Amino acid sequence: MVLFAVLVNRMALALLTLAGVGVIVFVLLRVVPGDPVAMMISPGAGPADIAALKAHYGLDAPLATQFWIWLRGVVTGDFGTSITLHLYVTEVLAARLPATVELATLALLVAVLLGGTIAIVGTLMRRSAGETVIDGLNSIMLAVPDFIWALALVLLFAVALPVLPLTGRIDPALAEDFTTRFYLVESILTGRFAVAGNILSHMAMPALALALPLAAVIVRLLKQSLKEAMVQDYVLLARIKGFGELRLVLQEALRNAVGPTLALTGVQFTFLIGGTVIVERIFSYPGIGNLAIDAVINRDFPLIQGLVLLFGLIFILINIGVDLTVAALNPRLRHA
Amino acid sequence: MEHWSPTSTIDTDPQPPSVAARLLRDPKVVGAGGFILFLIVLALGAPLIAPRDPLAQNLLLATVPPTGFAEAEPGYLLGTDGLGRDVLSRVIFGTQVSLTVAFVAAGLACLIGSLLGLLAGFLGGFVEAVISRLVDVWMAFPPVLLSILLVAVLGTGLHSVIAAIVVIDWTRFCRVVRTETMGQAQMDYVTAARTIGFARPTILFREILPNVMPVLIALLTLEMGIAVVVEAILSFVGLSVSSDTPTWGGMIAEGRQIVHEAWWVLAAPLAALFATVVAFNQLGDGLARSLDPVLRR
Repeated sequence: MVLFAVLVNRMALALLTLAGVGVIVFVLLRVVPGDPVAMMISPGAGPADIAALKAHYGLDAPLATQFWIWLRGVVTGDFGTSITLHLYVTEVLAARLPATVELATLALLVAVLLGGTIAIVGTLMRRSAGETVIDGLNSIMLAVPDFIWALALVLLFAVALPVLPLTGRIDPALAEDFTTRFYLVESILTGRFAVAGNILSHMAMPALALALPLAAVIVRLLKQSLKEAMVQDYVLLARIKGFGELRLVLQEALRNAVGPTLALTGVQFTFLIGGTVIVERIFSYPGIGNLAIDAVINRDFPLIQGLVLLFGLIFILINIGVDLTVAALNPRLRHA
Repeated sequence: MEHWSPTSTIDTDPQPPSVAARLLRDPKVVGAGGFILFLIVLALGAPLIAPRDPLAQNLLLATVPPTGFAEAEPGYLLGTDGLGRDVLSRVIFGTQVSLTVAFVAAGLACLIGSLLGLLAGFLGGFVEAVISRLVDVWMAFPPVLLSILLVAVLGTGLHSVIAAIVVIDWTRFCRVVRTETMGQAQMDYVTAARTIGFARPTILFREILPNVMPVLIALLTLEMGIAVVVEAILSFVGLSVSSDTPTWGGMIAEGRQIVHEAWWVLAAPLAALFATVVAFNQLGDGLARSLDPVLRR
């Protein structure tokens, strides 16, 4: 029951926040100077052509009318037509979203594995020179954002040691026969592992750049929790039973220490998704982040509005997921 | 230090070391602070320090590699870019935009955010509810997307970049200062100040603010590092200052395009950006540790 109440409460707040985000972006885009039509006319166009174009996209109507039309559309699942791409916004987003979902999920996986491993190694090496080295490196890893990692990886794996492809999601020749847009998932499920390998080699650098800052956060918190758990009585008991150090960490401490890290990882995952905007740009990766930068530069109003709502929705869904997981894992909340 | 003996506790130590002495003993504060001072000197003295005009093109000497590599030219320590401009001079001049943004944008974000945070934490009730909800809505935007959106809306240029950072990052200060203030407002010294009959603004600014200061200073330093990166990202996307002002982000964007022909055009400004971000971060860590009255013990 408590879980249900949490869910309803969060959903209501989420809808309110989304509505706020929608209104702010809509007004922000329209009250400031800058004309989307100016971006798309050919040099020879006269005032009449411009007026016709504006009328075509409904940009000549009063602000309130424009907002009403847009809102009515959003409620019925119609986000309008992209001004630059001449496609339905929903189509464009549906085509680009899977690439970002696959990238962000892979990055999250890498961050958890990398951060978890370093935290466990650091716990095993606690109170030694090794731990000092890990802490020192981690404090630098915490400071450096994905933007810098991405470019450092470019220098490392595309220039100094050219082993990874620099741009794109897949070799164009391989991109032909897919029924879904989830290239990585589909190629693995259909057993085309050579194709999956090609996709992974394209995703390696952007995923690692996104993963490193999150991994650093995981290392710091998980190592702290593990070290606290290692001095608890139940670990001492297991130690008396003769369990080895690695088994103590993995079987006894980790289970009890993982809670706070899990909650924080969820919150930090939203930062990772925000990071896809610039990282996708650096690697010309065809996801919604890269799309967002083009949409903003071209002042493609309907597309920007759709993208901002989509990002807002993703953030809110992740937050709700985190809240539910934390509530489900907390025995006091579960039995209340 | 003569007063110290193994039996004395910290509370009875008659002469605790001053804040300045503590800061100067912290290797993080000294090292990182020293590096940032060095950057400030570079920015202020760029016309005197830089070996060449950062804008002077020489197409005959385009993509010359740094000293020590084959085909290097004497006098071009870090090589030249695609238009034959001196990379070292451009990196040195690039500190000007980066540091301006770091100090002005982070300072303004700090001012606005902590003012709202102080009010929310001290007044509570309706004011607190409105400000907190505002922060929540704000944080539902991906920051990078919001900053690009804002600069696209405001038009490019240094003012827009600074405005965008302030508009986005005031929430960082607001949240922390609000929580800190709420904690401080419960303390006995605040109750005492109320009992004596101090006016609310006096309590807020003379009593509570000095106790929130240590956290605020550390946060401000961290924010400077963030501001430098945001400016670089906006320059990279082409939305910051015009292309005739050398910026690290602008150089990075150019270097990314010709990375296979001239990697140093990307590597040099990236290294500068990396060092600056790490320095601000380490300084913030050190300051937090040295200034925090609880951690100090």
